[in-house]
Amino acid sequence: MSAVDSVRDRLDALPDVGLVVGFIAGIWTIMLLLAIAVGGAEWTNLAVGFIGSVTVLMGGYAILALALNLQWGYTGLFNIGIAGFMAVGAYTTAILTAPTDPAAGAVPGLGLPLWVGLIGGMVMAAIIGGLAALPALRLKADYLAIVTVAFSEIIRLVVNWDGLAEFSLFGLPVGTGGATGISFKSANEVASGFINGIGQPLVTAAESVGVSGPNLANLTYGLMLLGVMGASYWVLARITNSPFGRVLKAIREDETVTQSLGKDTRLFKIKTFMIGCALMGLAGVLFRGQAGYVSPQQFRPTITFYVFAALILGGSGSNTGSILGAATFSGLLFYLPARLGENISFGGTRAPGNIVDAVAGLASLDPLPLLAYTVGNVSTLRFVLIGVVLIYIIQNQPDGLLGHRNEPATSVSLDRSQAGPGGETDE
Amino acid sequence: MGIAAFAKDGRVVLGDRPGAVAVAAVAGFLLLDLVAKLAGTTVFFLGAKLLGGSLTVGSLLSMVVDGLLVGLAVGLAGIGLSMTYSILDFANFAHGDTVTAGAFLGWVAAYIAAGLGTGAPVAELFMLNSGRQLSTVTTFLPVLLGLVVAGVGSVGVVLLVDRLTYRPMRDADNISLLIASIGVALALRYLIAFLFGTQTSGVASGGLRVTVLSTVSVTDNEITLLVVSLLLMLGVHLLLQRTKLGKAMRAMADNEDLARVTGIPTERVIRLTWILGGSLAGIGGYLLVLESGTISFNFGWILLLLIFAAVIVGGIGSIYGAMAGGILIGLVDSLALIWLPSGLTRASAFLVLIVVLLLRPSGIFGGVSTA
Repeated sequence: MSAVDSVRDRLDALPDVGLVVGFIAGIWTIMLLLAIAVGGAEWTNLAVGFIGSVTVLMGGYAILALALNLQWGYTGLFNIGIAGFMAVGAYTTAILTAPTDPAAGAVPGLGLPLWVGLIGGMVMAAIIGGLAALPALRLKADYLAIVTVAFSEIIRLVVNWDGLAEFSLFGLPVGTGGATGISFKSANEVASGFINGIGQPLVTAAESVGVSGPNLANLTYGLMLLGVMGASYWVLARITNSPFGRVLKAIREDETVTQSLGKDTRLFKIKTFMIGCALMGLAGVLFRGQAGYVSPQQFRPTITFYVFAALILGGSGSNTGSILGAATFSGLLFYLPARLGENISFGGTRAPGNIVDAVAGLASLDPLPLLAYTVGNVSTLRFVLIGVVLIYIIQNQPDGLLGHRNEPATSVSLDRSQAGPGGETDE
Repeated sequence: MGIAAFAKDGRVVLGDRPGAVAVAAVAGFLLLDLVAKLAGTTVFFLGAKLLGGSLTVGSLLSMVVDGLLVGLAVGLAGIGLSMTYSILDFANFAHGDTVTAGAFLGWVAAYIAAGLGTGAPVAELFMLNSGRQLSTVTTFLPVLLGLVVAGVGSVGVVLLVDRLTYRPMRDADNISLLIASIGVALALRYLIAFLFGTQTSGVASGGLRVTVLSTVSVTDNEITLLVVSLLLMLGVHLLLQRTKLGKAMRAMADNEDLARVTGIPTERVIRLTWILGGSLAGIGGYLLVLESGTISFNFGWILLLLIFAAVIVGGIGSIYGAMAGGILIGLVDSLALIWLPSGLTRASAFLVLIVVLLLRPSGIFGGVSTA
């Protein structure tokens, strides 16, 4: 048995919730150690900063990966228009909640409370998702992929268009802000409201050990996102373990069989697509709109592919795997390399400005310039790493790190190995 | 046939293919609007502007030329995408970054060749930021060298990528291959960013401006794009129709199992597909930079969806379709400006992509494979 297998077996023995908590705690520990190593006297503040940022990323990507897992992992709907549905949710919330009397130069909104905005954003993302799904579901998986990515780019170009920057909706002035974006009442205000309200003693305590207020607010926001992630996980687990979810898994395994059993698979697929899109819309506003501001640049297709990397890492088809994949992706592949690159120095060697000067050092057998250049550009190289990991996983572990947790489509286990001794043997 | 029967036929068409009828109606309206705009008349209906406006023949012609030039390069790049889509049966999301890779290799070669002896430091030449603007007329040999390097270099890139990524998973399903290509796209794009930086560099501008048809002016670089891409397309045509390799490729695109049974060495045909598609992608990218003047690490990625649009509009697997689709999408991208504000023209090209996929997934030319 290889080392990978033994690690897997040990992971299998853990209950799912324990696994997730352990995983997140592990990533926090890495951040804490990094902060202690590089932070000097200010390590507490740095640790809270690192952990806060990584938590926000983990929460955001986990919600998105869960939503994608519902669409792709359970129903086989290959949606690579995630960025577009995020944009629909985020912009709807922004337009609903932006103040009616904005600061000079900003775009007015409808000034509604945040919860109305969030629900509105989710509903709108679901509606747009349904409209997109209605004709597109007839298509083969790779065609659906191209249609959704084109659709998400159209959405981005439309909100980017200055013609919609400010317009009148039933006589009320609203708008998308065009390329400059729109400011609105974000969930971050809830987090900072908590910090400045009942959390005040906590802030005082934190400041006494050198943790700054903004860092603490960021961490609070990250924990809030983890809470939303937990709620989404619970809802999705309920859905996927219900009779509805069994039909979804059946569609993934064999759509024709499911149809012949009398299920209207199209309806199931559209509903699933809409639920997933609603969750993506929510993530769009909570994750991208953390600072109370959204702009078209935040919804480029690249974010879609990061979510895919996260989900494939964890293994599509498994809700727990989605969260673990998102944590691994955002913690270890996305965030950690960038922080490491910032904090590693090579004595007196400054990183050269370009690759030619860096390689030139090799001529005099001095590898330090190239090394310094590499480390200095690690925030670029991490994407190469993500790409390579994606290729490696799809070649060698197509089920992802935890995809073997793939919930079967049946309600009773058909796995013979678990049937115990005495079962008939295969020829 | 009586009028009643004719009307019934019409109803059948309307009922059977409402999408096609809607598309025809929109196209008809736009055409009418274009005629009204060229005539300089405006038609009002119920007080609102229905159609018309003003548009000079000259600006229409320059839009057509712009669209044609971009479309030719997109079509050239699309040939490779279309071939891998039909022969290897997956949507290659790394194709745009192959375009970028070829363009960078070609331009670095051209830049160094043009800059040698001028005293410019090699680092600046390599990073494409010495500020020099190349053109076909003033620096013919470096530009030609760059063209060759772009073609050869991108072949090297795709063969390496195929060896490392796609070959171990020949039997995988098309979604796995698609995901692998997304990984390749990320790795390739940021490797380029690591080597050449993330800035946008201006590297080319026309050295000579020629006025044709008394209103449209084109540069020597644009003429180079036109001539080279037309020659390459002709070459591809001859290759496919006159050589055994072309026949084998067409056979593979039609039915891979049958091709293998017939004794066609499929692995060798796949390699030649990559070589042909990769070199055309690299050259397409190089020519686009020659025309637009600027290069950056993600321009091919941004172009990818446009290339997909070209391939799908022309019909996946059809090489002539990719060429024609490229020109069509280039024209849509440029002519949409007549009816739409400038921020939305690109969206119209994507809309065409979606409409074609929904209404006619085999492409507007009816899905004639590779012939």
